[in-house]
Amino acid sequence: MGMKHFGARIKRLEDPRLLTGRGQFVDDLHLSGMLHAAFLRSPFAHARIRAIDPSPALALPGVFAVHSWRDLPASMRQKRLPLPVPNAAIRHQRTQYPLAIEEVSYAGEALAVVLAESRPIAEDAAALIAVDYEPLPVSADCRKALEPGAPKAHSDLPDNLGAAFALSYGDVALAFARARHVAAVSLWQNRGGGHAIECRAVLARHDPVEDALTVWIAGQSPHASKAQIAEMLACDANRVRVIMPDVGGGFGPKAIAYPEEAVIAACARTIGRPVKWVEDRREHFLATTQERDQYWDLELALDAEGRILALRGLLLCDHGAYFPWGIILPYIAATTTPGPYVLPAFHLDVKVVLTNKVATTPVRGAGRPQAVFAMERLMDKAAKVTGIDPVALRRRNLIGPERMPYSVGLTFRDGKPMVYDSGDYPLCQDKAAALADYANFPARQKAAREKGRYLGIGIGNYVEATGLGPFEGGTVRIMQSGRVAVITGAAGQGQGHRTAFSQIAADVFGVGPQDVDFIEGDTAMIAMGVGTFASRVAVNAGSSIELAARSVRAKIIKLAAHLLEASEEDIELAGGRAFVRGVEEMGKSFAELARIGQGMPGFSYPEGFTAGLEETQYFSPPQSTYCNGTHIAEVEVDIGTGRVKILRYVVAHDSGVLINPLIVEGQILGGVAHGVGNALLEWMKYDENAQPLTVNFADYLLASATDVPRVEVAHLQSPTPLNPLGVKGAGEGGTIPAAAAIISAIENALRPFGVEIADAPVTPEKIVALLDEAGAYEADR
Amino acid sequence: MTDRWRIRLKVNGKEYEREIETRLNLADFLRHELLLTGTHVGCEHGVCGACTVLVDGQSLRSCLMLAVQAAGKEIATVEGLGDPENLHPLQAAFREHHGLQCGYCTPGMLMTLVEFLRDHPDPDEAEVREAISGNLCRCTGYQGIVDAALAAAASLRENPLKG
Repeated sequence: MGMKHFGARIKRLEDPRLLTGRGQFVDDLHLSGMLHAAFLRSPFAHARIRAIDPSPALALPGVFAVHSWRDLPASMRQKRLPLPVPNAAIRHQRTQYPLAIEEVSYAGEALAVVLAESRPIAEDAAALIAVDYEPLPVSADCRKALEPGAPKAHSDLPDNLGAAFALSYGDVALAFARARHVAAVSLWQNRGGGHAIECRAVLARHDPVEDALTVWIAGQSPHASKAQIAEMLACDANRVRVIMPDVGGGFGPKAIAYPEEAVIAACARTIGRPVKWVEDRREHFLATTQERDQYWDLELALDAEGRILALRGLLLCDHGAYFPWGIILPYIAATTTPGPYVLPAFHLDVKVVLTNKVATTPVRGAGRPQAVFAMERLMDKAAKVTGIDPVALRRRNLIGPERMPYSVGLTFRDGKPMVYDSGDYPLCQDKAAALADYANFPARQKAAREKGRYLGIGIGNYVEATGLGPFEGGTVRIMQSGRVAVITGAAGQGQGHRTAFSQIAADVFGVGPQDVDFIEGDTAMIAMGVGTFASRVAVNAGSSIELAARSVRAKIIKLAAHLLEASEEDIELAGGRAFVRGVEEMGKSFAELARIGQGMPGFSYPEGFTAGLEETQYFSPPQSTYCNGTHIAEVEVDIGTGRVKILRYVVAHDSGVLINPLIVEGQILGGVAHGVGNALLEWMKYDENAQPLTVNFADYLLASATDVPRVEVAHLQSPTPLNPLGVKGAGEGGTIPAAAAIISAIENALRPFGVEIADAPVTPEKIVALLDEAGAYEADR
Repeated sequence: MTDRWRIRLKVNGKEYEREIETRLNLADFLRHELLLTGTHVGCEHGVCGACTVLVDGQSLRSCLMLAVQAAGKEIATVEGLGDPENLHPLQAAFREHHGLQCGYCTPGMLMTLVEFLRDHPDPDEAEVREAISGNLCRCTGYQGIVDAALAAAASLRENPLKG
């Protein structure tokens, strides 16, 4: 039978390579004859391009070529990138050209690429390209960009309203008319980035013998990149192979297919030499997609007991200049708003505004941190308005387990009705409150205050749609070596796919995880794939691998029974062999069976046996599965300096059945760290001309080891009925409610001054300004 | 423009001699001239710490040092720590405590901590956090790294490395 690996805290199989510097990231690959690329990017947020003169760059020794849009293959010269997620609500379907033609619409948009013998020469040359720009008026502030006559983000479009829609159910007007209490908030969450420590990278090689392109990309979605490259280059997709080798973090921005990928692939094919482009950190700030930038105005109607009656409001989304992934961000944000609460009536207007900034696409959480921040700030406000304790107020409104499955009344981005499938939200909140010793916080707060210290506690609840379909694939094969091959299309960036999926397969075959050879992120290895994002891989790929492995197990048993002249019921699998139960010497090794299975002349299969000990499954979930959690933060605010110290941080979460608790905890802890950044540090600033002001890690701060607290985690495991493993996604839940909980705690600490916080992040200077405004320093004057 | 120098230096105990451009930084030299790609580059402006190596025993950001400045010096990189079958105690502790996910910041973390644990064999959690506060990790939330460092410190106190 072998030991059960599924659910065990197994050390990761991928670690020894990565720990010893033997990883293979894109920039670690050195191909013979390789050229190095550097992009010329617009210094203006909005400008017309009058002329590009590459001659000074071409004169530099070591420069091989300079390509602007005119030098690209005819198929992509004047073709905008495909829009991957169309939506009827999009009014202006605007995506980027691979290289800008007449107009640039954000500072950082690429106009040309230099190919040179070395990266430094390529960069020197890019700086020498002469461009005649005509600066254009700039759409910089999404709140002003919808006014009549406002400067337009794209000069050929009629206005800046890129998309508009409303989500609604129930009688909101009636509910507000009947309300005893109304709470209102007006919030802003600024931009931030994914900032994987490895920036993006592309290496392309064209083989003229086979007319085949191989493109290595530091990314998340290999099949999407392959599809875009084949479309832009108008080449046979069978001759395009995208490989995502070791990838140094993803966090969302690496999930889309970027213009640079098609450009570098085209250059490699045109020139006949491998071409490598490695993004530097400044470019990452300029040209890699960002997130969060949303304004929310919300009102909540409550009855006399603090029960929610309705929510209404407006979500204004600064989407940047383009729609590289449709409008999934505002859509996810809008549908996440109701969260774990019984919300009888709902109306949210959503306006998606085009501005001259780099586009937004999902960053860890994907619109949900904003929605949770909005809803939880609103709940805190409601607690104040009603005079009910914030935790008790939430408890009163949580959807109880007896109501599962619970239909929210909205349609999710997968086109399916939003139905929460499982979970016990009140229990989850109770666990978090107990772990955080919420009951005794007032005593701690009082004791601290007597010593002049300001402590606060805050809570954030969330529900997250995970395991987004339509599918991810899994191929399972017994190889002629007797080892088990497991293959999936989605590329990993540190989530421990090798370990988790080896655990799944190992149990099915009665072998150990170390007997599994795992391949991911290579389009040549599996025909179709979607990608690693939306906390979807464990659900989709994990289920496919489980189902494929079960099929292969059945094939092993059928073949072994036939060869051993035994009945299928009597065949057992263990130690890499199939044998007759109780008579271990009567058996065949996996290696022998695989050789027969893959076709041995003169040997016929048993009836009903199809060729090969292999199977590919593309599991498609009926809908997303909903995980949930509660975060509680206890903080101390230094009212002199505005510094916030997180004293205690508690997470109770339910992501269904755990494949490997070690890995799931790692996902949560890392997610919280990102949330700490969103709450306290990460602020992508632009000036009034949409010029980015924070383009390095000195101006834009990521959370360091001294900013991030130790996190205590309680797991709940409500199996979802929606997939064969009972698993839900766990990659983003750590981030989603973190800013809400931390900022709630800061506001709680500053309650003696009546300070209310409506933005994220809350930097020390902002806290001091709020305190100053509230008159906290009057006595010192 | 191309101003070239011939340098000799030792990396992980092995002698190398190369002719290089003055402007080549040590990180790029290690990665692209010597093909020691274990040292990673995350920001190229000295903040993220992914490129940390030891130069004559002192941790240093190799993106902020020119390779020519390393002439005659002894460099230690992650490749010299341990190999997959025989992990250094710190590497083993990282694995045990899930101190890495994507593995990109890991070499810099390891080299920073090798120096720190050598000089501070019995640190507390706050000291470990301070020691790695100049190394950014976007995956782990640092907790696994901190736990690994504390565990490695204990294990190294019990069984000091030979040599």
